[in-house]
Amino acid sequence: MNATALVLTVFVACAVEAVEALTIILAAGLTRDWRSTFQGMAAALVVLAVVVAAVGPALTLFPLGVLRLVVGALLAVFGLMWLRKAILRASGYKGLHDEAGIYEREVTAARAAAPGGRHGVRDWYAFTLSFKGVLLEGLEVVFIAITFGDNQGNLGLAALGAAAAVLVIAGVGIAARAPLARVPENTMKFGVGVMLTSFGTFWGAEGAGVHWPGNDAALLGLIPFIALVCLGYTTLLRRARTRAQPVVARNAEVAPVTVPPPAAPAPGPSGPQGRH
Amino acid sequence: MPGWLRSFGAFWYDFVIGDDWRGAAVVVLALALTGLLVHEAGVNAWWLLPAGVTAALGWSLRHATAGKS
Repeated sequence: MNATALVLTVFVACAVEAVEALTIILAAGLTRDWRSTFQGMAAALVVLAVVVAAVGPALTLFPLGVLRLVVGALLAVFGLMWLRKAILRASGYKGLHDEAGIYEREVTAARAAAPGGRHGVRDWYAFTLSFKGVLLEGLEVVFIAITFGDNQGNLGLAALGAAAAVLVIAGVGIAARAPLARVPENTMKFGVGVMLTSFGTFWGAEGAGVHWPGNDAALLGLIPFIALVCLGYTTLLRRARTRAQPVVARNAEVAPVTVPPPAAPAPGPSGPQGRH
Repeated sequence: MPGWLRSFGAFWYDFVIGDDWRGAAVVVLALALTGLLVHEAGVNAWWLLPAGVTAALGWSLRHATAGKS
C-alpha cells in the first residue's frame, strides 16, 4: 500500500469517528458548559495519549507475523461490524445514521440532567459526556491509526492522517457550530468498512502463513471483491424488502377505494378530490 | 465478579465484537483453518479467509433481517 492510500484510508476512517465525537462535544458545550466540556475532552485526550504511549512501543515487541495475525483478525472483525451496519442502513433495515437526530437526543438529555459540579469541575454532566464521547471515538481512531501504521511500518504517516482528520472536522465544527449532518457519513462508513475488512483479511491471512498471489497487488483484487460482495448483499436485502413491502403498500392504497366516502354530488368542475 | 470488571469486559466486548458475535467467530475459525492448511497440509489457502468473511457477513445479515421484511 503506498503512502497516499495509507493516509487516505486512515483519514476517512478517523473523520467518521471525529464527526461523531464532535456531535457529542457540541451537545455538551452548547447546552451545558463549555469549560467543563473542554476539561472532559482534555482528560480523554490524556488517557488516549497514555494508551498510544503504552500500546505503540509494545506492538514493536511482537514478531510481524503474530502482529499481522492478531491485528488482521481484529481489523476484519471491526470492518465486518461497520459493514453489517452500513448494509442494513443502505437496504432500509436500519435507520440511516443521522447526526442531527443524535444531536437532538443528546441535547434533550443534557437539558434534563441535573446541574452540579464535582472534583473541581463546574458541570459534571458536561464533563463526563464529553469525556466518554471523545474517549470512545478516540479509541477507534487510535486503533485504526496504530494498526494500519504499524502493519505498513509507517506509524508517522498514519498518525498524520488521523491528526489531519481530527483537525479538519474540529475546524469545520468550530466554524459551523452545529453537528455535521451533511457529511455523507453512511457512505463513508461503507467505504471504510470495505477497507478495514479487506486489509484485515489480507494481513490476517498473511499472519497465518498465506502467500497472496501477486503479493501486495492482491489487495487490488481483494478490495473490489469485498466491495462487490457488500453491494450484492445490499441489493439482495433491498429486493427482499421491496418484495415484502408491496403487500403492505397495496393494502394501504386499496383501503380508501374499497371503503368509499359517503356519496355526494361533485363539488365543482374539478371533480372530487381523488387519491394522491 | 466485581461490577467494574464486568463493565470493563462489557466495554471491550462491545468495542471489538459489537452487536453480533458471528463475524468474530467465523473470522477466528477461518484464520485457524488457514493456519492449519498452510502449516500442516502445505496448502496456500489464501482464498479461505475472503470466503469466510463473505459467509460471516451473509450469516450475520440473515440473522439481523430474519422476520423483519
